[in-house]
Amino acid sequence: MIQFLSYLVNGISLGSVYAIIALGYSMVYGIAKMLNFAHGDVIMIGAFICFSATQYLGVPALVGVLLSVAVCTVLGITIERLAYKPLRSATSLAVLITAIGMSWLLQNIALLIWGANPKSFKSVIDLGTLVLFGGQLRITSETIVTVLANIIIMIALTQFTSKTKMGKAMRAVSEDRGAAELMGINVNATISMTFAIGSGLAAIAGVLLCSAYPVLMPTTGAMPGIKAFTAAVFGGIGSIPGALVGGILLGVIEILGKAYVSTELGDALVFAVLIVVLLVKPTGLLGKKIHEKV
Amino acid sequence: MKTRKSKSFSGNFITYAMVIVAFLLCELALSGVIPGFKMSRSLKGQLVPICVYIVMAVSLNLTVGISGELSLGHAGFMSVGAFSGILVSQWLLSAFPETNLELVRLLAALATGGVVAAIAGVLIGIPVLRLRGDYLAIVTLAFGEIIRNLLNCVYFSFEGANLNFSFLDPNLPGNIVINGPMGAIGVKKLASFEAGFILVLFTLVVVLNLINSRSGRAIMAIRDNRIAAESVGINVTKYRMLAFVISAALAGMAGALYGLNYSTVQAAKFKFDTSILVLVFVVLGGIGNIRGSIIAATVLTILPEMLREFGNYRMLIYAIVLIVVMLVTNNPMLKSTLDSLKGKIFKKSVKEGDKA
Repeated sequence: MIQFLSYLVNGISLGSVYAIIALGYSMVYGIAKMLNFAHGDVIMIGAFICFSATQYLGVPALVGVLLSVAVCTVLGITIERLAYKPLRSATSLAVLITAIGMSWLLQNIALLIWGANPKSFKSVIDLGTLVLFGGQLRITSETIVTVLANIIIMIALTQFTSKTKMGKAMRAVSEDRGAAELMGINVNATISMTFAIGSGLAAIAGVLLCSAYPVLMPTTGAMPGIKAFTAAVFGGIGSIPGALVGGILLGVIEILGKAYVSTELGDALVFAVLIVVLLVKPTGLLGKKIHEKV
Repeated sequence: MKTRKSKSFSGNFITYAMVIVAFLLCELALSGVIPGFKMSRSLKGQLVPICVYIVMAVSLNLTVGISGELSLGHAGFMSVGAFSGILVSQWLLSAFPETNLELVRLLAALATGGVVAAIAGVLIGIPVLRLRGDYLAIVTLAFGEIIRNLLNCVYFSFEGANLNFSFLDPNLPGNIVINGPMGAIGVKKLASFEAGFILVLFTLVVVLNLINSRSGRAIMAIRDNRIAAESVGINVTKYRMLAFVISAALAGMAGALYGLNYSTVQAAKFKFDTSILVLVFVVLGGIGNIRGSIIAATVLTILPEMLREFGNYRMLIYAIVLIVVMLVTNNPMLKSTLDSLKGKIFKKSVKEGDKA
């Protein structure tokens, strides 16, 4: 039972990271209607920036995190301006391939700067371990901070999209871009803002991910990126609570599957659950149903 | 009607002629009859992979371009074909060790790879084709990853003609052939450039004839307007499935050839990146354009080798080239500039032609 609880806690922690990454995918998909495959690599860049700042420059961990958020936000806006904005009217497949090109570009830039050897990421969170049930259940401070960060981000984003002018503009653009433009909403600025928020969150996710699983190399972001994307689809792409539910469920399924079914089959189980969910509810758990018009 | 038919015929003719001429040129370079006209060692090693990727690109184009479904798990079918092909070829070797049936083993491997991948295509197609658009894409991605994960857990071994199989348990008696995460080991290489060429021709015959048939027109009608196609009595599920399964079977055959080109093959080779790479070939070659797929697959397989002198920068250059090409060909402003530039050059040459 305690063992199960410990797995569950690990699953929620991993799922929280997925949820934060999934937010980036989900918001961008909702507003720009594109699958941003380069998002996973922004996570990796974020983790590398934090790693370099704390390791080589010797700045405190918090400054390192803030720096990586700032760099990734700028990076996200730059990527959008250079690669995606010229393709606003192109087919979605063309944008997808450009995003893949961007993903390769980021990985190779990281390869040139930091090399192919895996770096061991020193956790930025060091507050000791919470010991419960007389030492049977140990919860690391990384886990607690990750879950807390996830909750704070979710609340902040929900407030942002429902209360502020920019947030309302985002929802309007995702609902109907043409109509939003006619109402005087600056669509380009809104899309840039979405990329900025998504990439900033990716930096936080990267730091949290590497604090829990401390191996950092240029391909670190690829697999969590795909899984987080799966989580976004799982929960209903375009929905903020969907990203939260999808991410946490995915993390829990992955960890429990690896623990109780088989280590090799953990990932297969995650994807199998996704397929079953999509077959039963084709727009994800919390997704809106869109009727096809003739 | 007649002119349209002859147009598609001449287009197909150019495609076949291009492939055959390229093959003959390669053979000429390989034989070294003409002094100075030779092929570098690294390019020689790329010949079979080029054929494999051409077949992959053409078959994916059938799904993405002709049928209009974005598939991100094409490498999954390739891996199924590779492993089943290797298994059959190695089993024949183990069961009949005295006879030297290389051609039979190769054909058996290709056929098995195709059939097994087609079965996988049917099994995956049933759920996948219920979905549409990006959701279909993500489910094909998921299936690709599931196949790779499952192949990492399979173990096969031979004792003479006996075949042992286990799932997750590496302890098997006899000669182990497929060893879980280590992949297929000790594979006897059978693939050759000639076999690759025949497979490319076979793929072209299948795909081009399908496109120009009644079924092909039905598939394209569904792609262009599903509801309209349904209302004129086209069986949507049947034709989408047809395209998906043929595409899977061809990918399986390509996989079998690929598997038999190396002495060890791991499931990790067929991950998401490989599916994406083939998709890049299809998109850069032109969606729905078979000849474009062939050219793109060839050029983009050779390109990383050509860029080898740039060392670590080569994949960086590759990525930048990809982004720039996508921007130039898809941005309305850049595209019109390019077209007007093309027009100018073309006009000039016409004028010069007039003068002459």
